[in-house]
Amino acid sequence: MEWMYMHMPISGVDILWPGLVLIGFSVGCIGGFFGMGGAWMVTPGLNILGFPMAFAIGTDIAHMAGKSMISTMRHAKFGNVDYKLGIAMIIGTMFGIEVGAQLIMYLERMGTVGPVVRWVYVVLLALIAWLVFYDYAKAVKADKAAVAGGGKATGQGGINWAPALHKIKIPPMMEFKQAGITCSVWLPMIVAFFTGILAGFLGIGGGLIRMPALVYLIGAPTHVAVGTDLFEVMISGLYGAFTYSLKGRIEMVAVFVMLTGAAIGAQIGVVATKYAKGYGIRILFGCAVLCCLVSVVLKEFKFNDLAAVVVLTSIGVISLYIIKIMVGGAINEVREKKAGGTQAAAH
Amino acid sequence: MFRHWFWRGGLLAVLTLLPSLAWAAGGGGASDIVVVADTRQLAGANFYFSELYNDNITVFAVWAVVLTTACGAVLGVVMDFIMKRTGIDLTKRSIVEH
Repeated sequence: MEWMYMHMPISGVDILWPGLVLIGFSVGCIGGFFGMGGAWMVTPGLNILGFPMAFAIGTDIAHMAGKSMISTMRHAKFGNVDYKLGIAMIIGTMFGIEVGAQLIMYLERMGTVGPVVRWVYVVLLALIAWLVFYDYAKAVKADKAAVAGGGKATGQGGINWAPALHKIKIPPMMEFKQAGITCSVWLPMIVAFFTGILAGFLGIGGGLIRMPALVYLIGAPTHVAVGTDLFEVMISGLYGAFTYSLKGRIEMVAVFVMLTGAAIGAQIGVVATKYAKGYGIRILFGCAVLCCLVSVVLKEFKFNDLAAVVVLTSIGVISLYIIKIMVGGAINEVREKKAGGTQAAAH
Repeated sequence: MFRHWFWRGGLLAVLTLLPSLAWAAGGGGASDIVVVADTRQLAGANFYFSELYNDNITVFAVWAVVLTTACGAVLGVVMDFIMKRTGIDLTKRSIVEH
């Protein structure tokens, strides 16, 4: 079985390469579907395969950049990427992350950084999960009430804070065509600034926070939120790849192997969004956030092996479900096309 | 014209420089231990890049970014070529919400 192992020239370890392809594939699926980098999933996976932790983080970041590029290319073809919105947000995000980093340094001086960060993370994840599920429950309730009253279910009765925020008309106003919104350019920048603070504070890429922020605060449709967030992940990931390479903590061979799997996974994940309703994506996203939450809590109580099992199981289950959505939708579409072609020929 | 390039250049500079601040925060700092790649058993590209890693980490970092970008772009184009042949409409989605 020696051929199943690949020598990593820099870290000097032998790694089961099908494992790398599988991790790349699964996280490509999940990242393309939800619009996040998925560092919380990849790093423990690489660590289990045998990478030292520092190499796992650097390799993950470089892979995240390549994978997000593939996903962004596909999302852009569906019209899911609002580049203008993405650039406005990058500026806010970067300043926010710096403030978050300064907060961390302050806590470090106080000697309380570890527990504070982990528990803020837990509370934040719990809030995001609650927000997603509450929003869904509210929308379902509103639809039921509308149907009972003789109206039509619109699926629009959930949380919607964006219109109130759009009323703040501080110039310059900007139209974000793909997202279909016009608002003060300060809105995405400020929202990104605050999500950036949280990302910097927690030491994460931020897709987990930015995607719901794009939906609930900026008012972007779920699909555009996913695509635009991936565009941001791509840019920050490329820089992350550079800095981690400078620190010497990157294994390029592993990045390429993972990217081959991610290239296929990302197509499945992105194309699956074509067949999934916005709420479907959000609910599944909420489930992913819950899995992340459970793994962080388990790690906090030193159940590291159990945390890894939770992460890997959730990656497997969620990516299988995304594959099901994609394959089912694609089969239906091709079948309908063929049926349409046959009917046209008969006429 | 100057104004146009001023804004373009400014935006590019911001996009290039600001992530350094960002990633200063992220991922938990790598330790200061210096890792040296053992190149004695390596050959070809592996040998070249491992030597580069040992000798000039900055050039290695530039290569890492360039190769990641190139790999992402090539795989994206190849997958696009393959996906077009599946018969799925990849230019629009039927579910449009707002």
